[in-house]
Amino acid sequence: MSIHLSRRGFLGAGAAASALLAAPMLRAQGKPRVVVIGGGAGGATAARYIAKDSKGEIEVTLVEPSKTYHTCFFSNLYIGGFRTWESLEHSYAGLEAGGVTVVHDMASGVDRAAKTVALAGGGSLPYDRLILSPGIEFVEGSVPGWSEADAGVMPHGYKSGTQAALKAQIDAMPAGGTFVMIAPPNPYRCPPGPYERISMVAHALKAKNPTAKILVADPKEKFSKQALFEEGWGKHYPGMIERIGPDFGGGNVEVRPGSMEVVIDGEVVKADAVNVIPAQKAGMIAAAAGLTADSGWAPVNAADMSSKMDENVHVLGDAAAQGDMPKSGFAANSQAKVCAMAVRGALTGSKVFPAKFSNTCWSLIDAEDGVKVGANYEATPEKIASTESFISQTGEDAALRKQTYEESLGWYAGITADMFG
Amino acid sequence: MTRLALALLLALAAPASADRAQVAAGEAAFRKCASCHKIGPGAKHATGPHLNGVFGRKAGALEDFRYSPDIVRMGNDGLVWDYEKLHLYLENPKTLVSGTRMNFRGVRDEAERAAIIAFLRAYSDKPSDIPESAPTNPGGDPQVAAAILAIQGDPDYGEYLSGECVTCHQVDGADEGIPSITGWNEDDFVTALHAYRAKHRANPAMQLVAARLSDEEIAGLAAFFAKID
Ligand SMILES: Cc1cc2nc3c(=O)[nH]c(=O)nc-3n(C[C@H](O)[C@H](O)[C@H](O)COP(=O)(O)OP(=O)(O)OC[C@H]3O[C@@H](n4cnc5c(N)ncnc54)[C@H](O)[C@@H]3O)c2cc1C
Repeated sequence: MSIHLSRRGFLGAGAAASALLAAPMLRAQGKPRVVVIGGGAGGATAARYIAKDSKGEIEVTLVEPSKTYHTCFFSNLYIGGFRTWESLEHSYAGLEAGGVTVVHDMASGVDRAAKTVALAGGGSLPYDRLILSPGIEFVEGSVPGWSEADAGVMPHGYKSGTQAALKAQIDAMPAGGTFVMIAPPNPYRCPPGPYERISMVAHALKAKNPTAKILVADPKEKFSKQALFEEGWGKHYPGMIERIGPDFGGGNVEVRPGSMEVVIDGEVVKADAVNVIPAQKAGMIAAAAGLTADSGWAPVNAADMSSKMDENVHVLGDAAAQGDMPKSGFAANSQAKVCAMAVRGALTGSKVFPAKFSNTCWSLIDAEDGVKVGANYEATPEKIASTESFISQTGEDAALRKQTYEESLGWYAGITADMFG
Repeated sequence: MTRLALALLLALAAPASADRAQVAAGEAAFRKCASCHKIGPGAKHATGPHLNGVFGRKAGALEDFRYSPDIVRMGNDGLVWDYEKLHLYLENPKTLVSGTRMNFRGVRDEAERAAIIAFLRAYSDKPSDIPESAPTNPGGDPQVAAAILAIQGDPDYGEYLSGECVTCHQVDGADEGIPSITGWNEDDFVTALHAYRAKHRANPAMQLVAARLSDEEIAGLAAFFAKID
């Protein structure tokens, strides 16, 4: 009798175990569900590719508070007068047409045990796999005297949709006025971004306010594409830009939004426009979900962008601590495709190919003076590792620089179509 | 240029008689080219640009000739007409410039190409500054082998791989700053990617992309993009 029971018990357990294994592919209650938090470069791409490639086999829901997305990429060109604000705006209609359910709300929390995402507007979304691509948050107190509440007076222009305030300030500068940028410490989104911005501010001022001055307080010894930017600044904007590196106190700053003053290494500078780009960390929801390390970023496995804290959660783009890739829109888009393939494979059994990542970042120094940097990456057990790279050279002829700029226009059209359909 | 002037020029530039024989053979072979290209003092553009001083010049760089956008792009990327590149271009123009307007099947015979190049070299600005042949063999057989062109690409695999391409190249075929890659002839597509992989083509971003693609993957991409109009 007891033998009989235990054998029944054994058989039962076996059946339950095999049912568990098969569960992802044969869900009794319907299709597998993917929830994506954040409809930017990483999240929009991941949602679109999973919906497109699973051909309806997976239910994809994208959570994004904003009805439209303004790319940060090319927002410097907007400041320089090369793009309109409207040309940076993208809607989610293409994603919806492609089978993604878009919920315009803020994700306020993640219950990883219950596998649900809580929405700020109430209710929750269950998931089988969760993908986070929430972008960045600023590290509070990293620029003494500044908090996000001061962004109206001293804008950062470093999150989606926030660059118009900065442009307005630059346009309103008095003749011969001073523009100050507080540059961020590593790591931060878009390594050449602050320096492309300096170039574009200089371009705008050169036309309208040629005696204006630009001051950059920078905590970093070196920065991305430095030789190229410095060559370009000397050529196009001689005498206009001064960068104070850490050796001269560029990392020792305080700002006074009330009086529009910046204190650099004890010296008070009266400014007409101040662009504060603080230190950065993963978007808030990553920490709320318990996915971040002490660094403030979310560690991931390179092969599939899954969180090191939870195999059912993936983190993409700027928020991820992945290794060698820069925090760029191109990188987020590249990671999203690797992640989409892995998630689809896990939920539907579709074929998973080895991960491959790439990145190219173009920057504009002046009209038709474009430069680029790029690299290939592969997944290693430790991180996303760079394998090969290139960078534009100083002294390149004008025709090549113009062509490089034109390439960036093609890239912008390509990546935004790839993100939003 | 008169024969005498050419003889003088050659006497200065290329003393060895073997070279003279090669240049003479090249002059004869150049008849294939002469319906479109003029060369010699006072040579003007015709269907193709004149070829005086072509050796060592950036591709697509003569201001008063209307080139294909593609050859200008390649020139800006770094295509310079040296010994190796002339060999590649003469063998199959599409190796280096997919959208070239030079409607020419190419010269398969290596000795004949070398002769034409020796002839072009004689009309360069300073022939004596140009090595008579590339110091090393220019990359073995540059031509994409027939066996590689014959690989049947899997368009489904190509579609998966295309994720890497469409971050920059638009699937709707728009050609804005970055060339369109949809609706191509598959052989041209394969030839172009192999040329990037072999670093015969200079665009660094494309070299990186191609470096990681196998022959089968290139065939798959060619098959996939060929289907898109
Ligand atoms: C000035 C500037 C210039 C740049 N130039 C380039 C460039 O030339 N090339 C390039 O490749 N990259 C560039 N970048 C970088 C690029 O913008 C970012 O790397 C990219 O946007 C990162 O994508 P992401 O998906 O991680 O974040 P984002 O694109 O920022 O998307 C995050 C989204 O998540 C949403 N979100 C956040 N929290 C929540 C939540 N709790 N619930 C729901 N939704 C949430 C946000 O609303 C946002 O839409 C630039 C950046 C800046 C600032």
